[in-house]
Amino acid sequence: MNDGTTLPGADPDLLYSEDEDALRAAVRSLLADRSDPATVLAGLESDVAYDTGLWHSLATEIGTAGLLVPEKLGGAGASAREAAVVLEETGRSVAPVPFLTSAVIAVTALLGCDHGRAEVAAPLAALAEGRTVGVLAVPLPTAPGGLPEPASVRADANGALTGRVTSVADAAAAELLLVPAQGPDGPALYAVEASADGVRTDTVTPLDLTRPLGHLTFDGAPGRLLATGDRARATLDRALLTGAGLLASEQLGIAEWCLAETVRHTAARTQFGRPVGSFQALKHRMAALWLEVASARAAARNAADALATGSPDAPVAVAVAQAYCAPVAVRAAQECVQLHGGIGMTWEHPAHLFLKRAKSDELALGSPGRHRDALAGLVGIAAP
Amino acid sequence: MTDADDLRRRTAELLAAHPPATTDRLEFLRARFDAGLAWVHFPEGLGGLDAPRSLQAVVDAELEGTGAPDNDPGRIGIGLGMAAPTILRFGTDEQKQRFLRPLWTGEEVWCQLFSEPGAGSDLAALATRAVREGGAEAGTGGDWIVDGQKVWTSSAHLARWAILIARTDPDVPKHRGISYFVCDMTDPGVEVRPLRQITGEAEFNEVFLTGVRIPDAHRLGAVGEGWKVAQTTLMNERVAIGGARAPREGGMIGIAAADWRARPELRTHDLHQRLLKLWVEAEVARLTGERLRQQLTMGQPGPEGSGMKLAFARLAQEISGWEVEFLAEDGLTYDDWTMRRPDGVDFTGREAGYRYLRAKGNSIEGGTSEVLLNIVAERVLGLPPEPRTDKDVAWKDLPR
Ligand SMILES: Cc1cc2nc3c(=O)[nH]c(=O)nc-3n(C[C@H](O)[C@H](O)[C@H](O)COP(=O)(O)OP(=O)(O)OC[C@H]3O[C@@H](n4cnc5c(N)ncnc54)[C@H](O)[C@@H]3O)c2cc1C
Repeated sequence: MNDGTTLPGADPDLLYSEDEDALRAAVRSLLADRSDPATVLAGLESDVAYDTGLWHSLATEIGTAGLLVPEKLGGAGASAREAAVVLEETGRSVAPVPFLTSAVIAVTALLGCDHGRAEVAAPLAALAEGRTVGVLAVPLPTAPGGLPEPASVRADANGALTGRVTSVADAAAAELLLVPAQGPDGPALYAVEASADGVRTDTVTPLDLTRPLGHLTFDGAPGRLLATGDRARATLDRALLTGAGLLASEQLGIAEWCLAETVRHTAARTQFGRPVGSFQALKHRMAALWLEVASARAAARNAADALATGSPDAPVAVAVAQAYCAPVAVRAAQECVQLHGGIGMTWEHPAHLFLKRAKSDELALGSPGRHRDALAGLVGIAAP
Repeated sequence: MTDADDLRRRTAELLAAHPPATTDRLEFLRARFDAGLAWVHFPEGLGGLDAPRSLQAVVDAELEGTGAPDNDPGRIGIGLGMAAPTILRFGTDEQKQRFLRPLWTGEEVWCQLFSEPGAGSDLAALATRAVREGGAEAGTGGDWIVDGQKVWTSSAHLARWAILIARTDPDVPKHRGISYFVCDMTDPGVEVRPLRQITGEAEFNEVFLTGVRIPDAHRLGAVGEGWKVAQTTLMNERVAIGGARAPREGGMIGIAAADWRARPELRTHDLHQRLLKLWVEAEVARLTGERLRQQLTMGQPGPEGSGMKLAFARLAQEISGWEVEFLAEDGLTYDDWTMRRPDGVDFTGREAGYRYLRAKGNSIEGGTSEVLLNIVAERVLGLPPEPRTDKDVAWKDLPR
């Protein structure tokens, strides 16, 4: 704990670079073509865990799967700033793709291990090239630093895993599972093939249809040891911190879509002889939301920049971004449904997809309350 | 083009020629202005060097710790924030030469004679009249005679000059018949009466204008075009109120956090949760302001400016309200109800009760939050405007 006077280091760059704008344009045009809300809705009626064709294009043609992976390890050598831009766009289109789970969280977990070893380098390259989808096997609500110890999975001396992990995002889509487990010598991280004997995935009916959840059961499943002890702990923490920090950009994208659609709809919809968007009671709500979205952008950019530069301020920046952006996305989605009136309640209108994503994102990777608690310790505002 | 190194060199030269320890305060400030180091983005000869606005930080950093006096920006905020940018944009060369230097050094304080008893949010409805001596036929150049009443005028009791808007043509719709002037506050027709406010002091005033004589050379912009000029002032006012740069925990949230750390016996879980929420919001508001500044530096002004004042007002009110509540018995007391005529707003120098009461003005002064929300909704989001009944009606025919 400190006295709260720690200041952020170098001034964070809160804008978008030209390269980031170019990446955004590429991702946006792909998603506009292939993942417009009607297509997303139609896809949800099918049994496929995610849109494999769309993910393939996003991951390999645009190369987003390897953004966070250094070039010498088979990736694009970009940073959390670029990944954040991709998440703004996937949020804006509620695209059902495992970018956050595989390309951000699983990749960051592998990067934290000793990638001089083939056991780490090989799966990392496979994830970076978009050949494999990987997920970190933790419940989606797990906050950075909040991993239970001992883990709910145990490993024996041969690396055989036994135990259960509930509510893992994109579990059904994953070919590679990165499993935190209690090993013979304490906490450890293992890699398991999802298709191996002794692994069972039970799909759950999720609130957010665009990010499927699964329960994983391990019954003597063969695991390969990736990291142990403090390194395993630090790796997990970094992966969750990165996931939480960049989730703020997804939340920003959601909020932006909701506000833009609401403005568009209320400017066109007429009641009492006027566009409903000219009524001040509505205008003020949208203007207030606009201010929150503009503020969420600053908070999300700050978190992405802190993660990209390895700033010591990253834990504060991430906690601030999550505590702020999560409720903004939920409020934007709720306002979107409300200000659309009856049409906002229908299955045909995409507003519900955004509400469901926003609400489950609010729980994901630590609720706002958890992040505020973390902040209390980080900035010296101790509980009573 | 002036770069950071150039500014460091110029600052060193200023300090060498006018060592702060042995130089009179005003003399130093004048020399700084003349060296172009007052506001580096202003033109050469007018306190600046035509440099990017962001480089001002270089000068400020170089002067820090040298004992160089500052120009007390809190006291001359209206001049710096509103009069100066308006004069720069609309003033004649003579006006710029005459007004900007003493404005910046603080030798001359400015106030803003805009609001009237009958015209606040609907500022363009104002009734103060300016009539050209000898009537409209007198042609150009004659003095203007001004009659009317202004209200809520901050710093009028300290001011040497005022920016003033007045009606010069009542026969056209309200926005079109207004002209913009610089008013001499020492004119015998200007009477300033303190108006005591919610905090006990009299920061603002009523100003009565009776036969005030303003030379035509003190008009800013064309006759009848005053509303356009006023728009520049109002825009700058909102940025000035919401846009102060502060470090993390700068401003009111820093005071609240310091209270929390100093008084463990007063802590409750509920207050803890609320403080953390406010801390997050204050930090995000700081980052939003920082992002806006970075956009301006890159020459891509974002619409965030319209929102900063809204965020600032809400936060100042919530944080100061939290603070009074947290302080418990101390929150029930007030530091000083004496009717004083202060130099400016003193948010950090006084106690929680003052902050709580003064912050109520943040959502009223410089455009109310309701009016700003309308502006964001219509100009930023492009939502349809309110239906208007006053659009093509001559001012004199409007219901008042
Ligand atoms: C501390 C302080 C310092 C000030 N300093 C100065 C100064 O130095 N110089 C100066 O010229 N003025 C100054 N003002 C005046 C300030 O600009 C006005 O008070 C403000 O613009 C509001 O006008 P009003 O007081 O007439 O309120 P009104 O316009 O009468 O507003 C009353 C209420 O109606 C609401 N309202 C009005 N119109 C609308 C609308 N279209 N839609 C929705 N709601 C609306 C307002 O938001 C407000 O809640 C100061 C005010 C304060 C509080």
